[in-house]
Amino acid sequence: MKIKDQKDLEKLKVKGLDSLYPKAMKINVGLATCGIATGAQAVFESIVKEIQKQGIDAVVSKTGCLGFCQKEPLVDVWQPDSARIIYCEMNPEKARDLVNELAQGKTRREWALCKLEEEEFIIEGTKRKYSITGKNGKDIPLYQELPFYKKQKKIVLRNCGFINPDNIEEYIARGGYFTLARVLSNLKEEQVIEEIKNSGLRGRGGAGFPTGVKWKFCRDAPGDMKYIICNADEGDPGAYMDRSILEGDPHSVLEGMVIGAYAIGSHEGYIYVRNEYPLAYQSVKQAIEQAEEYGLLGENILNSGFNFEIRISQGAGAFVCGEETALLASIEGRIGEPRPRPPFPAERGLWDKPTNINNVKTWANIPVIIARGADWYSKMGTAKSKGTMVFSLVGKINNTGLVEVPMGIKLREMIYDIGGGIPEGKKFKAVQTGGPSGGCIPSELADLEVDYEKLTQAGSMMGSGGMVVMDEDTCMVNVAKYFLNFTRDESCGKCTPCREGIKRMLEILDDISKGKAEEKDLELLESLAKVVKDASLCALGGTAPNPVLTTLRYFRNEYEAHIKDKKCPAHICPDLIRYSISKEKCTGCGLCLKECPQKAISGEKKKPHSIDKNKCIKCGICYEVCKFDAVEID
Amino acid sequence: MIDKTKERVDLGKIANKYRDGKAGVISLLQEINLQYGYLPEEALKLAAKKLDVPLIQVYSVATFYTAFSLRPRGRHLINVCLGTACFVRGGTRIVEKLERELGIKAGRTTEDLKFSLETVHCLGCCSLAPVMRIDKDTYGRLRQEKVPQILKRYK
Repeated sequence: MKIKDQKDLEKLKVKGLDSLYPKAMKINVGLATCGIATGAQAVFESIVKEIQKQGIDAVVSKTGCLGFCQKEPLVDVWQPDSARIIYCEMNPEKARDLVNELAQGKTRREWALCKLEEEEFIIEGTKRKYSITGKNGKDIPLYQELPFYKKQKKIVLRNCGFINPDNIEEYIARGGYFTLARVLSNLKEEQVIEEIKNSGLRGRGGAGFPTGVKWKFCRDAPGDMKYIICNADEGDPGAYMDRSILEGDPHSVLEGMVIGAYAIGSHEGYIYVRNEYPLAYQSVKQAIEQAEEYGLLGENILNSGFNFEIRISQGAGAFVCGEETALLASIEGRIGEPRPRPPFPAERGLWDKPTNINNVKTWANIPVIIARGADWYSKMGTAKSKGTMVFSLVGKINNTGLVEVPMGIKLREMIYDIGGGIPEGKKFKAVQTGGPSGGCIPSELADLEVDYEKLTQAGSMMGSGGMVVMDEDTCMVNVAKYFLNFTRDESCGKCTPCREGIKRMLEILDDISKGKAEEKDLELLESLAKVVKDASLCALGGTAPNPVLTTLRYFRNEYEAHIKDKKCPAHICPDLIRYSISKEKCTGCGLCLKECPQKAISGEKKKPHSIDKNKCIKCGICYEVCKFDAVEID
Repeated sequence: MIDKTKERVDLGKIANKYRDGKAGVISLLQEINLQYGYLPEEALKLAAKKLDVPLIQVYSVATFYTAFSLRPRGRHLINVCLGTACFVRGGTRIVEKLERELGIKAGRTTEDLKFSLETVHCLGCCSLAPVMRIDKDTYGRLRQEKVPQILKRYK
């Protein structure tokens, strides 16, 4: 059916609400990529099987990611008379037992992560309270009181984990496409742009250019044919929020794009999805088909006379295609080589037509900003960075996952309050933001308020929101080397400073990590970094030296230890470390001996073992498998 | 090995879907790559002919993007993630372990064409680092000693 107006949407909303809150019990399983990787598909099947076996009146559905990936697989259970209880770290056996308990009207307190007594409908600005009459889950902590969720404000991730992404009606039930209907019937193009400008929204892909201003440029550019692009080539290693949004709530991106297209005057759009995200690709493809079927995409959208269609373009594995001019080349079927700007894509973009490119998160923000207004949105955040930001909190941190918080939150709050600190009681050393273009911020700056400006001042950048936490066991020279390795591999090779400069810098870093460098090499490294930064054609090369420059700025002593003392303080660089077995601690269990690929370990059973240093290749497996901490590194 | 006659027929079928010139190069190669696991030389020639673009352009695309391979890949494709989170949590060690287990370097295929070992810059499962993907299965929270057992499932 084609939706013609708000009335039709209201009808679908009723259907969607019935689907979200059926008369019977509803069991949702998080089936995004991270859930599936921990076995959520088997959990889902186990639940379905048990329900059929027992003949229970219940609906089983899939959802996207609730963000707390550390605790996956997550299963949430909604019942007409009780709180929604989220169970964590499920497996097929536990899931089967849970269904059994639920059938008897009970819960499993010890498997519960938290419960919800109400849900926020952010588009409408309302809260939907559940009717709770039963006693189930009384002593389970509330979702909003859990340290991981307490400081979060979900705008971009509003629907992730709360709806079935395959069901457009559930998206509509939570206010989806109502904003689009209002825009098309009540707002002029300029009004939309003005609202986005006033909201202070800045591009969430990395550079942070004001979105409304970008839209205006494209709208004002001469030409009838204009393109809208969603950049879903989420290449920054350590960041995966775009994948999560596309998998868990694809319609929020589509709705944002249609609103943008209307404001800019475009009738054709592309979503460029990276090759490594097969599930996100499927999810977007399906969402586009549904939206077309309902008349929310295609010709005469919502009977307004406005036409807009979206196509998907799939990447083929090239980080540089996240750079907008390289992305354009890739959509055009060429190799992803950037070109100099200006002309900017707003003037001359896809097939030389004016083009507006925004990131997934930017697009997903749009419906909420228009629905709630620029004033409401701009109250969140700092002076120049408004709204919220989605971070992927990963690396050496206890609570890994996707976190959406107002801009301006302190790093300390991110790491200790939300992230729950560093595993195994280790020391927090640094946090890496901004991917290969960003830098490492040391623990001394834990009180830094995270926004675009503050991160840039610290030598890093916002990037697409990756936040990789590093502990005392991370070698900063090795980290710098890792990123340069990355940018060397991903450099397209078009301009010399990037192609050759990064390679030469990497050679110096390699020497440092092997204890072969001299002090004067640091100066050379710094001067090369400056050249690569200043002379590269695009942002890939222009920002590639950042990981080196920030680690030199904050961890120079660690570089010096490698050079002068020929030591790697974090015990990582293979050429500067030695493994040995403590005679006092070794119990002679033989586990290391069994695992050693070089047969470098010898010793009788139940007697202390030893490592033949000539045979050892420093793979570290003995250190990893030893249960008695008997393997030592120096 | 691939049956040459079958190959030609199938390639023709895939290529017939794409007649929109230059922009179709990547999509067409994607489909061929999906079908065969790599890009046979014949496929590149056929793609160039069908889309009416110079062979050199098809070749440049085929060699620029990491998803494409000009060499036959093994029956199972192992992609070890070397994104930052995986790197911090020991992803490099997982690659080295696989290299030793399979007796090949990353980027290569075993002689029996069973496994191809490749590395990838982030699979987007950072919260489960270190991670690898074998065909369509993703494995998280890896440790070196878990690797042999996982490989056994594919033998």
